[in-house]
Amino acid sequence: MSAHPIDTIGPDGKPAFYITDGRETVHPGDGTMLGFWIYLMSDCLIFAVLFATYGVVGRNYAAGPSPADLFDLPLVAINTSMLLFSSITYGFAMLEMARNRKAATLFWLGVTGVFGAAFIGLELYEFHHLIHVGAGPQRSAFLSAFFTLVGTHGLHVTFGLVWLVTLMVQVGRGGLTASNRRRLSCLSLFWHFLDVVWIGVFSYVYLMGVLQ
Amino acid sequence: MSPNPDQMSFVFGRLSLDSLPLHEPILVITFIAVALGGLAAMGALTYFRLWGPLWRDWLTTVDHKRIGIMYVILALIMLLRGFSDALMMRAQQAIAFGGAEGYLPPHHYDQIFTAHGVIMIFFFAMPLVTGLMNFVVPLQIGARDVAFPFLNNFSFWMTAAGAAIVMMSLFVGEFAQTGWLAYPPLSGSAYSPGVGVDYYIWALQIAGVGTLLSGVNLVATIVKMRAPGLTMMKLPVFTWTSLCTNVLIVAAFPVLTAVLVLLSLDRYVGTNFFTNDFGGNPMMYVNLIWIWGHPEVYILILPAFGIFSEVVSTFCSKRLFGYTSMVYATVVITILSYIVWLHHFFTMGSGASVNSFFGITTMIISIPTGAKIFNWLFTMYRGRIRFEVPMLWTIGFMITFVIGGMTGVLLAVPPADFQLHNSLFLIAHFHNVIIGGVVFGLLAGITYWFPKAFGFKLDPFWGKVSFWCWLIGFYLAFMPLYVLGLMGVTRRISRFEDPSLQIWFVIAAIGAVLIAVGIGAFLLQIVVSFLRRDKLRDLTGDPWGGRTLEWATSSPPPDYNFAFTPIIHSHDAWWDMKGRGHVRPVSGFHAIHMPKNTGAGVILAGLSVGFAIGMIWYMWWLAVLSFAAIVIYSIAHTFNNDRDFYIPAEEVVATEDRRTRLLSAAE
Amino acid sequence: MPPKILRLLALLPLGLLLPGCNLVIMSPSGDIAAQQRDLIIASTVLMLVIIIPVMVLTLFFAWRYRASNKAATYDPEWHHSTKLEVVIWAAPLAIIVVLGAMTWTATHLLDPYRPLSRIDAARPVTAEHKPLTVEVVALDWKWLFIYPEQGFATVNELAAPVDTPINFRITASSVMNALSIPAMAGMIYAMPGMETKLHAVINREGVYDGLSSNYSGAGFSDMRFKFHGLSQAGFDAWVAQNKAAGGALDRAAYLELERPSVREPVRRFASLDPELFTAVLNRCVDSTKMCSSEMMRIDAAGGLGPAGLLNVAALEYDKTQRRGAGAAAVPAQRNTAQRFVLALCTPADPVGVRQEVAQGPAADAATPPAGQVN
Repeated sequence: MSAHPIDTIGPDGKPAFYITDGRETVHPGDGTMLGFWIYLMSDCLIFAVLFATYGVVGRNYAAGPSPADLFDLPLVAINTSMLLFSSITYGFAMLEMARNRKAATLFWLGVTGVFGAAFIGLELYEFHHLIHVGAGPQRSAFLSAFFTLVGTHGLHVTFGLVWLVTLMVQVGRGGLTASNRRRLSCLSLFWHFLDVVWIGVFSYVYLMGVLQ
Repeated sequence: MSPNPDQMSFVFGRLSLDSLPLHEPILVITFIAVALGGLAAMGALTYFRLWGPLWRDWLTTVDHKRIGIMYVILALIMLLRGFSDALMMRAQQAIAFGGAEGYLPPHHYDQIFTAHGVIMIFFFAMPLVTGLMNFVVPLQIGARDVAFPFLNNFSFWMTAAGAAIVMMSLFVGEFAQTGWLAYPPLSGSAYSPGVGVDYYIWALQIAGVGTLLSGVNLVATIVKMRAPGLTMMKLPVFTWTSLCTNVLIVAAFPVLTAVLVLLSLDRYVGTNFFTNDFGGNPMMYVNLIWIWGHPEVYILILPAFGIFSEVVSTFCSKRLFGYTSMVYATVVITILSYIVWLHHFFTMGSGASVNSFFGITTMIISIPTGAKIFNWLFTMYRGRIRFEVPMLWTIGFMITFVIGGMTGVLLAVPPADFQLHNSLFLIAHFHNVIIGGVVFGLLAGITYWFPKAFGFKLDPFWGKVSFWCWLIGFYLAFMPLYVLGLMGVTRRISRFEDPSLQIWFVIAAIGAVLIAVGIGAFLLQIVVSFLRRDKLRDLTGDPWGGRTLEWATSSPPPDYNFAFTPIIHSHDAWWDMKGRGHVRPVSGFHAIHMPKNTGAGVILAGLSVGFAIGMIWYMWWLAVLSFAAIVIYSIAHTFNNDRDFYIPAEEVVATEDRRTRLLSAAE
Repeated sequence: MPPKILRLLALLPLGLLLPGCNLVIMSPSGDIAAQQRDLIIASTVLMLVIIIPVMVLTLFFAWRYRASNKAATYDPEWHHSTKLEVVIWAAPLAIIVVLGAMTWTATHLLDPYRPLSRIDAARPVTAEHKPLTVEVVALDWKWLFIYPEQGFATVNELAAPVDTPINFRITASSVMNALSIPAMAGMIYAMPGMETKLHAVINREGVYDGLSSNYSGAGFSDMRFKFHGLSQAGFDAWVAQNKAAGGALDRAAYLELERPSVREPVRRFASLDPELFTAVLNRCVDSTKMCSSEMMRIDAAGGLGPAGLLNVAALEYDKTQRRGAGAAAVPAQRNTAQRFVLALCTPADPVGVRQEVAQGPAADAATPPAGQVN
């Protein structure tokens, strides 16, 4: 829609005050990526608060266990790789979308979903284990902050999975329409954002926790 | 056979007949009045067959103008509730002396001051600000609507749902007795085990979703949807302040959301973020909530500054003095508002260096604010000032606000704050800036843009009555509070011993009654203006000699705002167009692409109320079902592709021809 | 500090307005409050330098440039003047620079944590001014004042000899309060598990109002007490009166006193457990609870390991259940049980009842100094 520029001078040589040829200068969806980006930044602030909270109370073990006693780094490393792979495969899906190949796009989205689900599964296993041995979120401020930060990230990934499945159905039904492409781009931002947050969680909570 | 108590508690959670305040006559009478009023309204809607139009044209609308109006109506309703609370507090403090208990026991009084703060900030000032921004900003930037029209409708209904939850607490259960910011440990489950704080949390969380999304929406609108030629440094000042306010909203409300989530986890799950034992840290809550809370103050005042800028240049018939420095001052305030939060608790025991740092950053904010005041002052200089009602509010504001600004800077001096913190001096200060700044600004804004929204002006006589009642009432109500603060009287106390204080509380109560008359006159003004609407009619769309683009279209504007998208060449676009003899096109109209109305916002907000009730009363089945319904309905909504339509060219032609006839009749 | 005449000028309007009304903050009886008062006046005068011209100009311009005054100049396009812009930014800036410098100095000089350097404007603190220590606990809803040097305690009554520096150590039992005696000095929060400090002095004999100035729940309005500024002889007599009152404030008596109550009359305890304030501060008056000082020491050493998962128990007596005033106080309405971390050793069991969990750093149970805010 790269039409000719808007005339600010009318045919009579006087300034034009209206676009009279019926063109619209803004279209539905123009602001979507910006709006979604702003939303993501506000979400980022929620994580910032949770990180700050962990920074303030993360060493208050209340005479209970510390990260070194609780965290299983190899498990978390596997978990991390699941999420990192899922980001790469989402990237493949976006490349296929750019090539306008619906089936390949859907395939890579499906792979992304499997990796994401594996991530959530491992995280649930970790939480279950901690609660089972008595290191639940009630035991100390450190554990409260840990469960909340990691759990909030996990909830985001879960929500991302629901969204992913919804979009796969929509792409499957409607094809790679303009609105579906926009939605896939939004989810892409969301998914990579969660990846970046997780790298923060992994280094700050797990690595620094165990290695301190 | 009586029902099994386990089943009862499964179904009703902790809700029981005891939760209904049947023993409180004030509440019973209020409930009866509200119920009768509601029945009368519903009866009238049925009798006049208005349910259909109400649903189709208003409740489901995605038109930013109608949504803006609904925000303002919501705010005015909540003002009545919040102000009733204020009157009850003033009455209690005026009589509870020397052993007299007054008529409000602490359990009731403590709910009232909490509810007053929460309602006035979250459900009066915020919706009113959002409503005006919603209505005005797209018109000022020459857009058809906001960037995300459906989201706008959803945001409104989430805000309304939050308000509904607060109102529910009046009749079912209780509200928080913690003060409006609910500091733990007092607000934790150990010391506030009842439903009050849960009502507080869920009302704010649900309304907060609406506020945040509305902030995202308006930022995207202002950045992306400006008419061609409207560069950032040509934006009307109100749009600039709206942009800064919405940036503040998206950068501050997530902090509130997060900190309330942490408080809810402490209350529901038994985590230890803010508890006394297990390593919790209540001071962290106080810091976090004020990291949201201080920007919140500027979220409210910046749009008011924008309104005054529009009003003062319109009614002085003169271009705003120092536009550039006005814009920079706004941006500087926006940024600085994030590094002053600690001045709300100098008395918590931070070191002298930390306290001085935050004290001095606070004072620095007064520099751009002072520059703004001077800008308005020099806009009046060599103007032709018409004392219409909005201009009266502006002058009242300039005189009143500087007093509040001065006491504010005084409170920013930490050693002075050690004496004045939490005293009635503090109460007087922030009412001085919020009433003298925000409320005066919003009332000026309503009077200023009312003819744009409804096609007739507000009756100036009742407007002036309202203004003088508010102004004098304000001074009577709050100057005594400054004095009482200097007498060492603390806030939130319901009974006093020292009889020499009483006279000041009596004066303050009289002031509050005068403000009530002011509110009454304002409502009467709307009724009278409606009855006299033919006399007050504005046919031109430009009743005040306006300067900005919203005055270029008809009053009320058509659904599509502008038949042709305007092209902007200069500041004060409409003034420029008038000055250069623009001719309104009367032919060549096209069909216009518009978003469709949808009931999804109402439904999602209703389900959210269900979720909140389930969480507040521990009816877990209701919470789970409502949450599942929200998710499923949202997903289903994304499959609805029937979201837009074209207003046919013939309809645009008919609408614009009507306007052509009106304009020629007005000449 | 402004010249005296300015100070009087600033007080003039208030003086006219308020015959016979006691502005305690403007006419205090303690040196700290007096300096805070001077600062309030100086800042106000400084700001009036700009506020008054703005108010006058607003009214003057509004009148001068009213639409009906056709004689006034009308210049609709005048909207910029670099000179004027410089002035309107520079004038507030200049005032804030001065005020900021004053603030920095005064905040450090009047820091409540800083020991006093003067008794009043004329007399510096010397070696012969032996400070009086008072330990303050904000309870639901009354004040406990402990005099550790004299070994007694009072409820809802405070006294001190005039011209003697007083060192307050302040904490709370359950929620936040603020200790406020406006005639003597500004307030400071009282917070559970934390210690705040206030250094102050009273210069005139008299009876002054003290109160909590941070809302703390249903009994907050009645959380007031009298502060007696006494001569040395009067103070000695007051101490003797308390010492003669009988009654001991040991841990059991404290746990009884701590229960929520409103409008508590003045009470006196002739003797007390010398460790009581430290125990209150560390939230371990109930000696089965682990002291927070010990908990912090264990945490700093890396926690107790998985064994630390076993040392949690539920409170037998839950004071909070009695706290709420309305129907909301039914215990069953709360979703979470009140629990605490068990002490590793108790007076009844000096080697530790649960020795199996006591490892490493927790073995020696000496109480280190309590943590404080900041």
